[in-house]
Amino acid sequence: MNHEQSFGAIAVFAAFVAFTLGLSFYLGGKAKSAKGYFAAEGEIPWFINGVAFAGDYLSAASFLGICGMIAFFGYDGFLYSIGYLAGWVVALFVVAEPMKRLGKFTFADALDSTFQSRGIKLVAGISTLAVSVFYLIPQMVGAGVLVEPLLGLPHYVGVIMVGAAVILIVVTAGMVSTTWVQFLKGGLLVVFSTVMVGMVLMRGFTATPIEDMPELAVLGPYSGGSYETELAAELEKHSLTVLPATGLWDTPDFVRLSAGPDAAPLVYSVSMSASGAITLFEAQTVEMVDGKKFVNGREQENVAGEDGVRHDLRPVGRILKLPDGETSTGPIGPLKFFSTLQQSTMMISSKKTLKFETDTIDVYFETPTLGSKLLLPGQYFTGIRTKLFSDKLNFLSLMLALFCGTASLPHILIRYYTVKDESSARKSTIVGIGTIGFFYVLSLYIGLGAMTSGALDVTNNNMAAPLLARSLAEWLFAVISAIAFTTVLGTVSGLILASAGAVAHDLLKEFGQMEFNDSEQVRVAKISSVVVGVVAIVLGIVFKEFNVTYLVGWAFSVAASANLPSLVMLLFWKGVTKQGVIAAVTVGMTTSLGWILLSADTFSKVYKIDPELAITPFSQPGLVTIPLGFLTLIVVSLLTKKRAE
Amino acid sequence: MNTFNARLGLLLFFIYLALYSGFVGLAVFAPGILATTPWAGVNLAILYGFALIIAAFALAILYGLTCRDENSSKGGEA
Repeated sequence: MNHEQSFGAIAVFAAFVAFTLGLSFYLGGKAKSAKGYFAAEGEIPWFINGVAFAGDYLSAASFLGICGMIAFFGYDGFLYSIGYLAGWVVALFVVAEPMKRLGKFTFADALDSTFQSRGIKLVAGISTLAVSVFYLIPQMVGAGVLVEPLLGLPHYVGVIMVGAAVILIVVTAGMVSTTWVQFLKGGLLVVFSTVMVGMVLMRGFTATPIEDMPELAVLGPYSGGSYETELAAELEKHSLTVLPATGLWDTPDFVRLSAGPDAAPLVYSVSMSASGAITLFEAQTVEMVDGKKFVNGREQENVAGEDGVRHDLRPVGRILKLPDGETSTGPIGPLKFFSTLQQSTMMISSKKTLKFETDTIDVYFETPTLGSKLLLPGQYFTGIRTKLFSDKLNFLSLMLALFCGTASLPHILIRYYTVKDESSARKSTIVGIGTIGFFYVLSLYIGLGAMTSGALDVTNNNMAAPLLARSLAEWLFAVISAIAFTTVLGTVSGLILASAGAVAHDLLKEFGQMEFNDSEQVRVAKISSVVVGVVAIVLGIVFKEFNVTYLVGWAFSVAASANLPSLVMLLFWKGVTKQGVIAAVTVGMTTSLGWILLSADTFSKVYKIDPELAITPFSQPGLVTIPLGFLTLIVVSLLTKKRAE
Repeated sequence: MNTFNARLGLLLFFIYLALYSGFVGLAVFAPGILATTPWAGVNLAILYGFALIIAAFALAILYGLTCRDENSSKGGEA
């Protein structure tokens, strides 16, 4: 049901992509020189650049990832919104004007402005590449995730489509077309997200009381002490039997019922309330058998069968109880939206993978959860509610990385070179903060709207926003899906451009001291764009299973650890030496990457080994590696300054 | 850096840092406070979160209105 193709969506999507590419070809003529290709000749109006900041920044992680995280975990997704926006304060108050004053094409220019050191160009170029590639992976994964349900195509096709479109955009016109694509996408994203939130508020909330649910979708509640006896008595009326809890099902969390030898077993999750009463909620299962996907015991079907029904996972996301026993609220105000949810009970979807010998099966089940709990931090970042101090440090480390990361992202920093002066850099950042902040306010409404929409796909939380749109109107789904796809196009083109700048300008021309004239430099950058684009396509396919928002959190950590210490200290301390900058970038980059590779999250999610074996005490590196970058810069600068004297 | 804009930027940065640190600190060390509902039946976690977003924009506007155009002529050609 979730992945039904929509011809309207395909038509709007195709029109968006065609328009984007057309714009790119049209603007191609404006990118003949290096300054035109890398910095759009510095002629972008500040307002356009400000909205383009939003287009650049509101990536797959922000739009798809955050909304999905809120839809599945509540408030914790909003913590990312708060952290991402806070980062812009650092960008505006500390970095914007000096970046514009000191640099020309790339972030390395600014870092190297007082030293003219090949070493700084080398490490800054490598750091730009490392951060950009880290950031590219979730964008490409997000592209595949979108295309899969929208066009009914495999994940890898989506990744290749985005990669090809982006390479075309970047190769044809560079920063000019990238800016306009991002302006277009940023503006449309905010406008249509506002429309979507308006429709969510107009629709209000509807509860689905247990007694109104389909027969046997919920069993109980039973008294905790003898629930098996009470269950058996009820099942007898429906000629159902309880299947033995053996093998995969040797767990008290689930119960399987059978209506006969030919019928697929029904799986129920066992949920205990605070008072000790036990309720059984019907769950859903997904398993692979001989290379085919089986959903709830039957093979998944992409088209409707003879009975006119397409066999697929049922959508989830609903309110179980509204305050005061109401069944429907009708249109609701922006503040009443939250106060109502706080007093409601929602069904929250979770996944558990059961393993026995070589068999595995994913069970998706819903748990009634109080709104007052979901609208507080701690549902996703469960570590902040434990007594383990390292878990709390992990959360603090993430929030620090989000705060420091924005002002260190190469693809954001190069946007300061597209406007004419420092005043324009400042004004465009303010426009960016306003646009991005407004979207993040909307993100909480969109996420919670999706949580209660009855339209969520249990297997894919990145699709929460488009599926919420589909539950409101088919045309809105078409537009939101197309914007989401353009979201990926805009951000990926910015990242590829930053990478191409690092390769052509920083590494080959400045560090390698290769002799390029202006047009040759542009040609080398275009070739670099194709190479980075192909690498991005491959990584997007390889890292298909990764959590989009989580990966972006790591990209922020690496950016903040490698780039921020040098950038900030260069502006505020006269004692900085080139050796200090080189050491700080190198130490920040290698320690943050190393920390990530040795962390419990990487052990469990990437290497698939016991996270207990991890070397680092928590997974997010920023809390250690950002101060380490500052410390390295200060110590090495002091040492080398003394030597120079 | 000792210009008016840089000093103003640093001052506003530290004001926002204090607001942000207060929020993160409450989330980790005093979540019970975030659960209180001081206004319109909405909890402090949501109100504080929205306030942080609005404060970022308000301080940005303040910065924009107060800044001086000190080095505009050099822009882009450093």
